[in-house]
Amino acid sequence: MNMIQAINSAMDVMMARDPDVIVMGEDVGFFGGVFRATAGLQKKYGKTRVFDTPITETGIIGVAIGMGAYGLRPVPEIQFADYIYPGLDQLVSEAARLRYRSAGEFTAPLTVRSPFGGGIFGGQTHSQSPEGIFTHVSGLKTVVPATPYDAKGLLIAAIEDNDPVIFFEPKRIYNGPFDGHWDKPAKNWSGHPGGEVPTGYYRIPLGKANIVRAGEALTILAYGTMVHVCRAVVEEAGVDAEIIDLRTLLPLDIDTIEESVRKTGRCMIVHEATKTSGFGAELSALVQERCFYSLEAPIERVTGFDTPYPHSLEWAYFPGPVRIGEAIKKIMKDA
Amino acid sequence: MASETRANLKPLSLHVPEPKFRPGDEVDFADVEVPPAGAARRPDTADRADSFTELAYTLVRVLDDDGKAVGPWDPKLSPEVLRRMLRAMALTRAYDERMFRAQRQGKTSFYMKCTGEEAVAVAAAFALDRDDMCFPSYRQQGLLIARDWDLVDMMNQVYSNKGDRLEGKQLPIMYSTKEGSFFSISGNLATQYPQAVGWAMASASKGDTRIAATWCGEGSTAEGDFHSACTFASVYRAPVILNVVNNQWAISSFSGFAGAEATTFAARAIGYGIAGLRVDGNDALAVYAATQWAAERARTNQGATLIEHFTYRAEGHSTSDDPSQYRSAQEYGAWPLGDPIVRLKQHLIGLREWDEERQAAMDKELAEKVRAAQKEAEKNGILGHGLHQPLDTLFEGVYEEMPWHLREQQRQMLAEEQASGRPWARK
Repeated sequence: MNMIQAINSAMDVMMARDPDVIVMGEDVGFFGGVFRATAGLQKKYGKTRVFDTPITETGIIGVAIGMGAYGLRPVPEIQFADYIYPGLDQLVSEAARLRYRSAGEFTAPLTVRSPFGGGIFGGQTHSQSPEGIFTHVSGLKTVVPATPYDAKGLLIAAIEDNDPVIFFEPKRIYNGPFDGHWDKPAKNWSGHPGGEVPTGYYRIPLGKANIVRAGEALTILAYGTMVHVCRAVVEEAGVDAEIIDLRTLLPLDIDTIEESVRKTGRCMIVHEATKTSGFGAELSALVQERCFYSLEAPIERVTGFDTPYPHSLEWAYFPGPVRIGEAIKKIMKDA
Repeated sequence: MASETRANLKPLSLHVPEPKFRPGDEVDFADVEVPPAGAARRPDTADRADSFTELAYTLVRVLDDDGKAVGPWDPKLSPEVLRRMLRAMALTRAYDERMFRAQRQGKTSFYMKCTGEEAVAVAAAFALDRDDMCFPSYRQQGLLIARDWDLVDMMNQVYSNKGDRLEGKQLPIMYSTKEGSFFSISGNLATQYPQAVGWAMASASKGDTRIAATWCGEGSTAEGDFHSACTFASVYRAPVILNVVNNQWAISSFSGFAGAEATTFAARAIGYGIAGLRVDGNDALAVYAATQWAAERARTNQGATLIEHFTYRAEGHSTSDDPSQYRSAQEYGAWPLGDPIVRLKQHLIGLREWDEERQAAMDKELAEKVRAAQKEAEKNGILGHGLHQPLDTLFEGVYEEMPWHLREQQRQMLAEEQASGRPWARK
């Protein structure tokens, strides 16, 4: 399966298992979604469980919260993460706090799916990575899968979770892993172990990272598309780096991170999002606080620049093989 | 050249609304249109919304100046129900008085009264079923009182004491009770609007028979969530009642800043293609009748109704507000729609089902009831006496299960408590 099919399969599995799971969003019904993630679901489960919505993100999230309060388990889609901001008040002020402010009487068991990340010439409003906005909010969980296998298992876990989950889908790797070499032919998921996806039910627990490459020289923390880019760079550079795919940003798998950095003594953080106050800053602070005496070099952050996401200069902006390669040289120079 | 031709044009001017009266002004509400009671027609609940659009521009009124119930909207309630409604409204007012004073005495940090607006919540609660889900704003405490919710429980919340069902986590008056079908109040305005629509859609999609009702002030209709809620309610014919409590004031801003100079709030419904009613909000029978009518539409899959309750915020916005700084003190006295409690009382007296003696006795009894409840609640502590919740509850309920980082912070806080040498928590 590619990642779209895996995500579709996760919703299919959950809708079949639980009559309270409903799917809603712009163009998700009859049409099956602008990325085809919900294709076939309306036909299979009917219009009252899979339906199109008006173009209002605050409405989509607000209505989903009300449905959750009734007892449903809504899976709303925001067409692009870049368009999640109109729904921010409902997510931050309502979904995230409902359990806390009602002392557990009302909950918001929703899973907000949204395509995210760049690398597709999406320009300013089809490329953003706003995860740092959500990891800053107490009460939300934030998930970013890097393979079809993970996408399905994590999405099932997110839908089953009783807390609100922001589920960001890196659209650059919907159809195949991307190693950062934009000028080479695109690959698809067939042949990649992450593309082997069981058709039935399985789950990957939230809050558990995945060591995608074991190594001794350096720890690389990444998620989404950047997992694949980092892996390609590491293999090209011949560095024995340990690459950790975080999978869930909040709650974070701190044990796996600590164990790795204590072993390697070096830590590099890679994300597409802009640098300042990005999630990498939190990761860097945590590693510094908890692994200070193991560190042999300053922690490196390789990220998007602090600019809006550009159109024509995309590959200069995107933290690709050259920038990551230079950062590896820098962090390894005293090794 | 354009600049040369423009020299002949009069300069544009920006209109910034201004209320008619400011502090110290003589008040005259002669231009507030108050149609006679009984004049508005009552359409069949199965009628199309666009066949009665004039009801969004008038006022549905039942009680006339003599307190007589007239016209097609008279819900013809039994004297027993009328007396219970009067009692709930009077209890709401007595409760407000007591809690306002408790704030002034430093027993709690904050309070908000609903004086003058008791009918809006109480009469609506009487017209709804008890398991219809209410998504209120912060000024519908009358819903809880009309549903016979325990006053001590409400006060515990206001005091953030050890009996507080919300564990001291919420600002006073932000009540929440699932059992009372009263949704958790949020400080963020109008967010409950789309949530109510979503709850109603869920009820419909499950083939349930329960409906939802929500309330916001006229000021909050300017929020984007009001628009998204009306759109969803219209698109999916959600079984929901959208109440706009037009009490003329949003803190210091008069209703003109929400658009009232140009049209009514009920008329917003017309553009969305949902039913719209404008109701005398100080007429408990009109509020009851309109809610009952809207509930019947909702329960028969006719969709949503937007009801504007035309009323007046008799007191300050909150205990932190001083209305004498921005409006004339004469306004409430001159308000043409009077006092909702007095009007219902007169109606009952006119029916020979009530009298001033019984009213006085009831007021005394209710004041005593509230005082007793307050004494009971204060046994659980008041906010002014410090913290009542075990400190570690601060971290509970952020998530269903506490993640490691919150456990770590919880341990840190408990260590701080120990290091301070003076335990903060009174368990």
